[in-house]
Amino acid sequence: MIELKSNIPAGPIDEKWDKHRFDMKLVNPANKRKYDVIVVGAGLAGASAAATMAELGYNVSCFVFHDSPRRAHSIAAQGGINAAKNYQNDGDSIQRLFYDTVKGGDFRAREANVYRLAQVSVNIIDQCVAQGVPFAREYGGLLANRSFGGAQVSRTFYARGQTGQQLLIGAYQALERQISLGKVKMHTQSEMLDVVVHEGRARGIVVRNLVNGDITAHSADAVVLATGGYGNVFFLSTNAMYSNVTASWRAHKRGAAFANPCYTQIHPTCIPVSGDHQSKLTLMSESLRNDGRVWVPKKQGDHRPASQIPDSERDYFLERKYPSFGNLAPRDIASRAAKEVCDEGRGVGPGGLGVYLDFADSIKRLGQKTISERYGNLFDMYQRITDENPYEKPMRIYPAVHYTMGGTWVDYNLMSTVPGLHVIGEANFSDHGANRLGASALMQGLADGYFVLPYTIGNYLAGVKPEKVDVDKHPAFTDAVNAVKAQTNRLLNIKGKRTVDSFHKELGKIMWDHCGMARTREGLTLALEQIPKLREEFWSNVNVPGSGATLNQSLEKAGRVADFIELGELMCRDALHREESCGGHFRVEYQEEGEALRNDDDFAYVAAWEWTGDGQPQRLHKEPLEYENVKMATRSYK
Amino acid sequence: MRLTLHVWRQDGPNSAGKLETYPLDGIEAEMSFLEMFDVLNDKLTVEGKEPIAFGHDCREGICGSCSLMINGAAHGPWKGATTCQLHMRAFKDGDQIWVEPWRAKAFPMIRDLVVDRSSFDRIIQAGGFVSVNTGGARDANEILIGKETVDESMDAAACIGCGACVAACPNASASLFTGAKITHLGLLPQGQPERDRRALAMVEQMDLEGFGHCTLTGECQEACPKEISIDVIKRMNRDYAVASVRYAEPKEAVGAG
Ligand SMILES: Cc1cc2nc3c(=O)[nH]c(=O)nc-3n(C[C@H](O)[C@H](O)[C@H](O)COP(=O)(O)OP(=O)(O)OC[C@H]3O[C@@H](n4cnc5c(N)ncnc54)[C@H](O)[C@@H]3O)c2cc1C
Ligand code: SF4
Ligand code: FES
Repeated sequence: MIELKSNIPAGPIDEKWDKHRFDMKLVNPANKRKYDVIVVGAGLAGASAAATMAELGYNVSCFVFHDSPRRAHSIAAQGGINAAKNYQNDGDSIQRLFYDTVKGGDFRAREANVYRLAQVSVNIIDQCVAQGVPFAREYGGLLANRSFGGAQVSRTFYARGQTGQQLLIGAYQALERQISLGKVKMHTQSEMLDVVVHEGRARGIVVRNLVNGDITAHSADAVVLATGGYGNVFFLSTNAMYSNVTASWRAHKRGAAFANPCYTQIHPTCIPVSGDHQSKLTLMSESLRNDGRVWVPKKQGDHRPASQIPDSERDYFLERKYPSFGNLAPRDIASRAAKEVCDEGRGVGPGGLGVYLDFADSIKRLGQKTISERYGNLFDMYQRITDENPYEKPMRIYPAVHYTMGGTWVDYNLMSTVPGLHVIGEANFSDHGANRLGASALMQGLADGYFVLPYTIGNYLAGVKPEKVDVDKHPAFTDAVNAVKAQTNRLLNIKGKRTVDSFHKELGKIMWDHCGMARTREGLTLALEQIPKLREEFWSNVNVPGSGATLNQSLEKAGRVADFIELGELMCRDALHREESCGGHFRVEYQEEGEALRNDDDFAYVAAWEWTGDGQPQRLHKEPLEYENVKMATRSYK
Repeated sequence: MRLTLHVWRQDGPNSAGKLETYPLDGIEAEMSFLEMFDVLNDKLTVEGKEPIAFGHDCREGICGSCSLMINGAAHGPWKGATTCQLHMRAFKDGDQIWVEPWRAKAFPMIRDLVVDRSSFDRIIQAGGFVSVNTGGARDANEILIGKETVDESMDAAACIGCGACVAACPNASASLFTGAKITHLGLLPQGQPERDRRALAMVEQMDLEGFGHCTLTGECQEACPKEISIDVIKRMNRDYAVASVRYAEPKEAVGAG
């Protein structure tokens, strides 16, 4: 049985991290090179961690399934990254960023982690600028900021609509530098398919080379997963096509508890679905809500073009419902509000599944040039997809799955319930509670990778002897390799009738219908009947063409979909057990005047699920959440 | 709409490849080009054939994974767009479409439409970075950078590393890609200390990888989905020339270690 020990240091919240850094064991510089560390993933979290640990002297091996570390999904982040710099002199501070994040997460995040995140946020911006990240600047040469949802200060740093790209390129360049110095060994097109656990510690991984199909084991003194989120369990999401849960899921099966799986974020501003062929959804950055106004017609079934609906017949519903935050209400709230007006029959566009995001007022006020400078690439992207010009017609947007707050459970040191296995970035559950604020994922990924993990991992490594393993002989490794080979062969030999995608789509529909924006006991119960059947059919009727000895994209996908099916079941179970509404988890039974109704007496805990074997329900463990610095209150953005 | 596709199929680096013809029906204008490929691949799978391997991930023009020569144009007919951003509106009923991989010596074939672009990573390894370790950076606002400078740097930094410039170039040169990095960093104060070293090392690596020489034909900037201008190549050539004259390998510090 696993035990959840959060290892939060004692003492006042603003001293915890400093004190912990002092108390942690250190590995002396000459010894660092004796330790091998495996990092899986090179998005913001993985690339920054791998580069920084290599700089510190560890021997790092980094594995990604992409053909280059620069292609990680982080590259797609558009809007920006938060930091409590208070450059705008508008009253920001570490305390305020901390408070906003805890409140934004609907009081379901760990206070100590969030405080640390706010503290190191300021270092991130300094580090990125030193690397040459071209953040937007004012004419005088100072850094510019914009506002994001759930905040009343302007603390978001950005590089046009390509902030994730520029931050990732910064981290990627730092990583490539360490590769050239021989401190990081990079393995691209290498998909991790298992964690090797020996004597209760993570000692390595099993990897499939996606180009030639070789399945090999790699050993290390510690393993770090930085493998991103699992939003693609819904099939349609804003995530890149290849984002998946496999690394975290295989770790889960090896003993890593999975926390709060049902906490998923539905982003309010995405381009609506256009047909059955749809393969993914495109985000229109939250930053657009700085200057765009969200509205629908007041009347049901009003099919007049937007330009013919006079102002008095429009309902700017976010401004109406949440006057103090207006269009910058947090994502969970804005998404639900959009769904509500569409459910009332006031949605716009095909199928009535859309609301307007209108820039006419801002264009009038600021001029088209300014708007295009701020959001030009997003407007172009919108036009290419929809064939409509957003400078002339308001954008049509609809909520879509975007981010997963849940993930592998980690302690304050970012270590999972498997000693030696650390998890960073979107893959862990740590900092966002039940809802993440915009521009905070990039912050968390880089905080974990540059400023937290490289130090906390030292605390772990200082307690273990560096040890090389002969992976070809060691039974823990050969067994794991054989298990992966067996699964690969099994997938290839089913030779059923249905494509991998058809299963993924069916799963996605079950998840969206029953574990999406509004969840009910009946729906979740039904999903929990449907998913095991789907799983059974998958393993008897999937068709994976081709062989295992070449690049085989169907095979890659089949393994990922198999894991998504199991994860989907756990998400529904988690959502069913959490009989309250909080953040992105909205249970229809628990609401008050349309707003989420939390139940702090019974559910102020992290739900961490332990794997108990194939086809068995996971076992629930609870990490109680204690709020000593922020008073738990009903979240209000009115 | 109904289309006829001619797609390059090749099992692996050492097998022979050829164009296969696939008729395809029921394609809608709203689909993206890659969604059209999804439809085709589904069909092939159901028919018991192997689907076509192609690179893609973000499907919104930013990861640089997708890479197709469509009717002879890198990333197809739309200017300033990647293959994944191309929509079927660009075609009409009855069209024939030829789809081939990027072809260049420095991009070896992997399978079907997928090639190995790791040579780009090695060009970055040669010097496409600022040598600062994590920690110890001074406050971000202590470095003042004018808006115009940062904007120009950002124009170059927008490169997604897709390789269309190489595929479009008659010499298969990587100058637009390399010039973009040299320009991104070379315009910023942070990039100055290593500017000479960077230009020399990156250009040399580009040659070592087997990319061709630039003759400023300008095909690269036409194909570039991020519309990076060949001015970055001129800048690279200038930096390289200056550095060749000025730069001498730094000597090992006496008593180091
Ligand atoms: C469209 C979009 C826009 C966004 N905009 C913003 C924004 O403006 N601000 C913000 O703060 N956040 C934003 N986010 C969220 C943010 O981008 C992500 O949460 C964050 O980038 C995740 O980073 P990561 O390093 O944890 O993982 P990722 O960037 O997803 O990287 C995962 C890495 O793991 C590797 N990997 C995964 N599984 C395996 C495996 N089994 N074997 C080998 N390698 C593996 C991949 O190759 C990749 O390198 C956005 C997200 C989306 C979808
Ligand atoms: S310069 Fe343009 S075409 Fe070349 S790799 Fe970069 S984005 Fe692609
Ligand atoms: S798939 Fe990412 S750029 Fe085309």
